[in-house]
Amino acid sequence: MSAVSDANQVLSEDVRREIDHWLAKFPPEGKRSAVIPALHVLQDSNGGYLTNALMDALAEYLDLPPVQIYEVATFYTMFDTKPVGRHKVNICTNISCMLMGSDEIVGHCEKKLGIRLGETTPDNRITLKVEEECLAACTGGPMMVVDGHYHTHLTPEKVDKILDELE
Amino acid sequence: MSEQAEASNPDLVTIEVDGVEMQAPKGSMIIEATDKADVAVPRFCYHRKLSIAANCRMCLVDVEKAPKPLPACATPVAEGMKIRTRSERALKAQKGVMEFLLINHPLDCPICDQGGECELQDLALGYGRGVSRFSERKRVVKDENLGPLIATEMTRCIHCTRCVRFLDEVAGTSELGGMFRGEHTEISTFVGRGVHSEMSGNIIDLCPVGALTSKPYRFTARAWEMLSHASVSPHDSVGTNLQIHHVQGAIKRVVPRDNDAINECWIADRDRFAYQGLASDERLTEPMARIDGRWRAVSWDTALELTVDSLRATAAEQIGVLAGPQATLEEQYLLGRLLRGLGGKNIDSRLRQSDFSDQFERPAFPWLGLPLEALDTRDVTLVVGGLLRSEQPILNHRLRKAARAGGRVAYLNPMVQELTYEADQFAVAPEQLVPALAALVLAGAEAAGKSAPDGVVELADGQAIGETEKNLAAALVQAERGLVLLGSVAETHPQAATLRTLAAHLAELGNNPHGVVAEDAAAVGAWIAGALPHRQAGGRACDQAGLDATGMLREHLDTYVLFGTEPELDCHDSALALKALAQANSVIAVTPFVTDAMRDYASILLPASSFGETAGTLVNTEGRWQRFPGVAAPPGEARPGWKILRVLGNLLELDGFGYNAADEITDELEALSGGLSAAAMSAGSLASSMPAPVSEGLQRIGLVPLYSGDGLVRRAMALQQTDAARDVRARMHPDEAAAQGLADEHWVLLRQDGGDVRMPLVLDDAVPRGAVVVPAGVRETAGLGAQFGRIAVRKA
Repeated sequence: MSAVSDANQVLSEDVRREIDHWLAKFPPEGKRSAVIPALHVLQDSNGGYLTNALMDALAEYLDLPPVQIYEVATFYTMFDTKPVGRHKVNICTNISCMLMGSDEIVGHCEKKLGIRLGETTPDNRITLKVEEECLAACTGGPMMVVDGHYHTHLTPEKVDKILDELE
Repeated sequence: MSEQAEASNPDLVTIEVDGVEMQAPKGSMIIEATDKADVAVPRFCYHRKLSIAANCRMCLVDVEKAPKPLPACATPVAEGMKIRTRSERALKAQKGVMEFLLINHPLDCPICDQGGECELQDLALGYGRGVSRFSERKRVVKDENLGPLIATEMTRCIHCTRCVRFLDEVAGTSELGGMFRGEHTEISTFVGRGVHSEMSGNIIDLCPVGALTSKPYRFTARAWEMLSHASVSPHDSVGTNLQIHHVQGAIKRVVPRDNDAINECWIADRDRFAYQGLASDERLTEPMARIDGRWRAVSWDTALELTVDSLRATAAEQIGVLAGPQATLEEQYLLGRLLRGLGGKNIDSRLRQSDFSDQFERPAFPWLGLPLEALDTRDVTLVVGGLLRSEQPILNHRLRKAARAGGRVAYLNPMVQELTYEADQFAVAPEQLVPALAALVLAGAEAAGKSAPDGVVELADGQAIGETEKNLAAALVQAERGLVLLGSVAETHPQAATLRTLAAHLAELGNNPHGVVAEDAAAVGAWIAGALPHRQAGGRACDQAGLDATGMLREHLDTYVLFGTEPELDCHDSALALKALAQANSVIAVTPFVTDAMRDYASILLPASSFGETAGTLVNTEGRWQRFPGVAAPPGEARPGWKILRVLGNLLELDGFGYNAADEITDELEALSGGLSAAAMSAGSLASSMPAPVSEGLQRIGLVPLYSGDGLVRRAMALQQTDAARDVRARMHPDEAAAQGLADEHWVLLRQDGGDVRMPLVLDDAVPRGAVVVPAGVRETAGLGAQFGRIAVRKA
């Protein structure tokens, strides 16, 4: 009772409506399937990252133990549990991209932005994410994903242009 | 049985393990068959009581026709399957897995508490390489504080997830999870909330490595230097089976002993960690006597002489014996014989109870009504006046299993408990418990199409009940396997007799069993051993009943004998107990512990044994007798309780106190109790119940907290540091508080029967209106009146 009202305070009506939209796609016993889309909704509504309060509210809203939300949120690199910059840059460093020179791309970005992988620029503009897995664009390596958009066949010049265009 | 008949059983399949043919149930896993046949298959994540994770891969075996080794824990058996557990392919796979597991595992066995009893260490000996091929850095994981009970060293974790699955599937609290991924995986709460389950200690046993170890125990002994003896838990009436590990008589730790009929392989935290109380500063280690108004240590001879003089100087009817919640059957039996030998009658063990009006009609002993194991498969269970999660955690675990299997569990209680499973919870203030139960009986009678027993309508007193309650009553009378249980709150309630009769009627409407969950470890034994005012040993009725616990305290007797009890904490009415003891001429306390309060009212202190220090027998709530040996030596001059009573019997020149061993006493009592059989209370007529005299104030709900039930638990340091123990506050519904002009976190003054107590108030909508939860059994509230009485609350 009190738990649900807490969730309602933390989760806005729009957010709840969007979560409900996803919940409706799964049978009640499979509501854990809605955790990933719901976390996306929450993350997008909160400047690109999740807070403990948001995850707890979601757990209450879905009537799941909070650890089951934390497990999902920490497992996937697409979720951030610490504050991030306005733009997320994921450079693929998996095998195909590595063979095509992703190290050079990473090095270039780090030098250009003055930060290491996993860090955010002091002006809060860009976060260079640590990408664990293959981003499934091996034919275009080296590649990176910027705010969900794929950029392939990267060169330092191409990277400069893409990064410079970010607000 | 012929092999032919077995082979044709359609539920079995025939498999071959390492060339030996065997049969296994269809759908079971290979590892179950190999375990049954004592074929060793290495494993870390598999546990027979937990779900299958198959994530450690250590149990890979070679299955004929399979293209690669298969995990034995997750591969179902099939007809004609040929399994080789020691073939080259199997061993190669197992060794490969071991090499991966050891990549990140630290080589710190010499300083690891698990060393010597570590599953990884053991298996590494058989499957590991002599020299590691891994020359890179090992990972390091930051430790997390899980609370006062469990120590962590998470760098050692191999991610078997047994702890995660236990907390999720058995404890139901889901407090740990596997965070992050791949090489960065960490078992953690992620937010640092700690682990608070009342059964959390089991993850220490489950952990196959030294990642989770016991905080109170660690670094105090090594596995190979300890001896292990079987014992039984004295902290509730479940009779949980334990194994005590000790070094030369010093208890180092307590672990579960498997018994599927009682506790399976789990124990509650208080069963595991309460032994710490044995080393309390308040331990009484020498006999003491008040001589000329001053406390002096005296010899046993002097102390016993003084005791005998004191008992002889008192008229037998002026002696009152109060036996505590952990007394063994033998101690209870000797206490009864001692008192009756002197011609006395006043002895009671039901210290928390307050309604004795039906004591003559009650059966041989309070009985659960069915075996513990049968709780798992109940369709509909109604618990009246029982907060099982704190009263009997193992019983609660069994009901949780019933609920998870689709059974319906309902509680009628003075407050809503925090549960880890679906249950209907009806909460009414204590004085409404009888009307609410009567209303359920009416609804049940209606659903069964029978007329309600006489008197129920009057008891229901027009109490309206909702649709859920009606639905429950109907489900209960129609259930194939229904059950009505009375918990400790019901047993200690001022109208307990009426509750018992109503429960019997409700059960009878659907031909269901009903029973009582005995309120402490000694509660059933007292009836068998005759530590009651109206029953002698073997359950025989007394010619003339003596005073019950309340009566003894009300009558202000001349001499009290306290056996293993602190009456101000163990009795239903603390104020009454303190008053009675203060005016007594002589108070003889046979006790493992001594407190300032006790020094105030006692005249002679005889140091007695506690848990693990005496041989004895406890009878659990199913009526199961369980004998256990004395393992540890009582400290200093303290002696086993039965020996003290034996010597007293001899000094008082009573016949038949020549026992040489506790077993002789048990055998004697067993012969006496031959005719006793477990029976449930019959659904007798409803005595016109006396409504409690209504006085000013709110109704007190005097619940005994999880770690306050007996003297040992109350002194167990680590348990007392848990959140559950530290939260000693009054609880009130927000609306009630508003009506009383009180707010959250206010300090309130509680006044009851001349006792004054100040404590913080917390608002909690689990408490019904018109009532306030004020814990009993804790020092903070000693001196207050009855656990279920009226209490005045105002802002402090």
